[in-house]
Amino acid sequence: MDQRLSNRPVLEVRGLTKRFGGLTAVKNLGFEVNSGEIFGLIGPNGSGKSTAMKSVMGIERPTAGEVVFEGENVAGLPAHKIARKGFGMVFQHSRPLNRQTVLENIMVALLPDSLFMLFPDKALVERAKWIADRVGLGAVMNRRPPTLPFADLRRLELAKAIARDPKVVLVDEPFAGLTRAEVDVFSDLIRSFRDEGRAVMLVDHNVKSVAALVDRVLAMYLGEEIVTGKADDVMKNETVRRVYLGGAIETHARPETSFKDKVPLLQVENVSVFYGKAQALENVSIHVHEGEFVSVVGLNGAGKTTLFNTISGFLPYTGEIVRGGDKLRGRSPAKIARSGLVQCPESRELFGEMSVRENLDLGGQHLADEKRAAQLAWLFELFPILKERQGQMAQTLSGGEQQMLAIGRALMMQPQILILDEPTLGLAPVILEQLSKALEKLRQTTSITVLLGEQNVTFALPHADRVYVLEHARIVWEGDPGRFAAEAGADFL
Amino acid sequence: MSTFFTSRLFFVSLALVIIAATLPLYVSGYVLGLLTVAFYFGVFAMAWDLLFGFAGEVNFGPTFLIGVGAYTAGILNNQFGWSVYLCILLGALASVIAGLVLALPALRVRGPYFGLTTLVAVLMLQNFIVVFADLTGGEIGLTIPDVITINAGANYWIALGFMTISAAILYGLSQSPIGLVLQASGQDPVQAGALGFNIVKHKLAAFVVSAFFSGLSGALLVFYFGTASVGTVVDVAVGVNVIVSAVLGGRRTVLGAALGAIFLIVAGEFLRPTGELATFIVSAVALLVVLFFPGGFLGAALSREARS
Repeated sequence: MDQRLSNRPVLEVRGLTKRFGGLTAVKNLGFEVNSGEIFGLIGPNGSGKSTAMKSVMGIERPTAGEVVFEGENVAGLPAHKIARKGFGMVFQHSRPLNRQTVLENIMVALLPDSLFMLFPDKALVERAKWIADRVGLGAVMNRRPPTLPFADLRRLELAKAIARDPKVVLVDEPFAGLTRAEVDVFSDLIRSFRDEGRAVMLVDHNVKSVAALVDRVLAMYLGEEIVTGKADDVMKNETVRRVYLGGAIETHARPETSFKDKVPLLQVENVSVFYGKAQALENVSIHVHEGEFVSVVGLNGAGKTTLFNTISGFLPYTGEIVRGGDKLRGRSPAKIARSGLVQCPESRELFGEMSVRENLDLGGQHLADEKRAAQLAWLFELFPILKERQGQMAQTLSGGEQQMLAIGRALMMQPQILILDEPTLGLAPVILEQLSKALEKLRQTTSITVLLGEQNVTFALPHADRVYVLEHARIVWEGDPGRFAAEAGADFL
Repeated sequence: MSTFFTSRLFFVSLALVIIAATLPLYVSGYVLGLLTVAFYFGVFAMAWDLLFGFAGEVNFGPTFLIGVGAYTAGILNNQFGWSVYLCILLGALASVIAGLVLALPALRVRGPYFGLTTLVAVLMLQNFIVVFADLTGGEIGLTIPDVITINAGANYWIALGFMTISAAILYGLSQSPIGLVLQASGQDPVQAGALGFNIVKHKLAAFVVSAFFSGLSGALLVFYFGTASVGTVVDVAVGVNVIVSAVLGGRRTVLGAALGAIFLIVAGEFLRPTGELATFIVSAVALLVVLFFPGGFLGAALSREARS
C-alpha cells in the first residue's frame, strides 16, 4: 500500500450532528476509518447509529460537522454526488428490479448518471459478470430476483454496493435475517472487501455479533460516543456493559408454581411466521400465567415485534395461539384487542394531532362514563405527568411522555393481558427509571398479566417473573431472571 | 435490448401492426375513425406509463400536457393560419415547456403531493380556457380551420404510424439504461441516490419525454377532429380514461398501455347501444381488472413468461 494512503484515513468524520426538530439523533460524533479497515458503529436501537451512517452517505443532510473523504469535505452533498466520489452502501432491505435478471440489476449500479446512454456498453456486461462471480451469484445471474433465496438477494445488495469499486463501503446490519452458516459466508465477503484495500464501515446493534469481523468499534448511546477501540476492550468497558446489561440487577421473581392457573392464560405453541422468504419466527413456544410478568428479551431483529404482532392477530402464522382455552386464529386484531389482549406497540402509534386526554379517552371509549372517569383517575395516579399534560397535543410531548401516554392508552382499555413492545426505545436513563417504577406499581397493585419485549436487559429483568430469550427467530433460553446474567447475558454485549 | 427482436412480444406486436395497417382495405370509415382516436389515446397512455410505471410518479393530470399541446396547436392555426405541421410541432414544444414548468417545482415535493400538483394544473388549464374564451373558444370549443387530410384511410394510417413510432421510441427508452435507472429511482429513490444517480434529473427527463409525446398526440388529435374542446382533450374525465387505459393494459409495459386505450375506446363504442350503461360497464371491467389482475393485460402475460 502506498505511503500516503496508509498515513491518512480515507474517511474522517468530525463533530457530526444531526437534529430532527427538537430531537438530536447524533451529537458531535467523530471517528476515522482507514483503507483496509473494518470499522463498526454499534449501539442499541434508537442510539443514532443508522442516522450517523445516512449522514455520512448524504441520505440525511448533517446539521453540523464534517465528513472528510480523501481530504475533501463532502458533508451536505446529495447522496448521488457522494456515491460518485467513491462510496457504496449496502442496504438492509432490498428492492431489486423484479423484471430484470440479477445481471441486469448489477448493471444498473454500473451505469453512468447520464441521460444519453441509450445502449449498454459491452464492457459493462463483462464487469457485471465479474462482480456477480465475486459475490457468489455466478450461478444465478440470469435468474430474476423473485426466484432467489433471501441470502442471494442480500448478495445482490453487496454486488450493487461494490459495483463501481468504491473506496468506502457502508454496510447497514450485515447479518440481519441470515442463518448462522450464511453469516460466516458474508463475513468472509466483507473481509475480502477490506483485503482489497477498501474502508468498510458497518452498523449493528451489539458488539458481539460483529466482534470477529471488525478491527475497531465505536459504541454509541443516545447519539453520543461512549468509547472507541478494539472489540474486546469495548465489551469490557463499564459504560457499555451498563448500557447493555445494567449493573447488578435486583430481581423479584415469583416462582412459576405460585400462579394458580394450571393451564397458562396465554399459550403460544410452535408458531412460525415468514415475511416473504425470510423466516421471522421459527417454532416459537411461550406461555404466560394469569397475573404473571414475563419478559421476552432479544436483540433488534430477533423477532420480538413479530411475535407480539402475531399474538395480536396482525400476521398469518402456523402453529396455535391459545388464550384461556380458546384458539385465537381467525379473529381480527380489533376483536382480540377488545377482548382484553392489548398491545402497546414499539412505534407507539399515538394520534399525534390529538390531545393527551383525547388519546386516553379513545382507549377508554368502550367504558361507561363513570368507569372511564375512575380508570382515568387511577391512570393519572400511575403517571402523574399525563394529568398535567391533558390538553397538550400528543406529538408535542417528549419521548418519555409519549411512551407513558401509549402505555396509558393501552391501560384505558382495561386489558387482562398487556403486551409492551420495547417501551424503552430511545429513552434517556432518567425516564427509564420513572417507567420502571410505574411498571413495578402495576405489578404489585393490579392483576394485569404483562408480556414485555425488550432489548434493554436492565429494564426487562427487575420486574420479570420469568424471562425468554429470543434469538434469530427462535427461543433459545427460558428461566428465572436471576440466572439470566450467568447463563444468557454474554450474548447481549 | 437485442433479445427483444427475437421475443414473442416483438413478433406479436409486428403481426398486430401489419394486420392493423390492412384494415382500411376492408372495414368501414366508421370503424377507422374510432380506431384513429383510439391510437392517439394509446400514445397518451404510453406516455403516461413512462412516468407512472417507470419513474414511479403518478401524474393525475395527463390532460394538462395533452391539452396544452392540443390548444397551442389549435390556437396558432386558428389565429395565425400557420401551417398544420408547424402548429403541431409548436404544440408539442409548448407541452414540453409547460411540463418543465410544472415538474421542476412539483418533483421536489414528496409522496402524493406530486400527483395533487398535476391535478391542480388540469383544473387551472380548464379554467384558463373557459375564461379566455375569445382566444380559446371557451366552453363551445375552438374551431380549427385546417385539417391534415379528410381521407379516413389516410388519417387512420397517420395515427397508426404515429402510434407505432411512438411505441417503438417509448418502449426502447424504457428498456434502455435510462429506463433501468428510472425504474430503480421509482422503486427505491434512496437506494438509487446511493448508487450515484441524480433522481430528480432522471425523473425530469421522463416528464419531458412524456410531455412531448402527450402534446404531439394531442395536437394531432385536434387536427383530426377539426376542433378542440375541454371535453375531449382537457377534462379530468379524459385524464382518468388515460390512466385507466394504462393500468388496464399493464403498468410498466408501455405497449400494454396502448392496448388498454384501444380496448377502452372500442369497448365503449361497442356498448353504445346500452346507452348510459356503456360507461358503467367499461368502468366496471376496468375496476375488476385493477382489483384482480393489478398487472393488467400485458403485465399478467409478461410475468407468466418471466416466471417460466
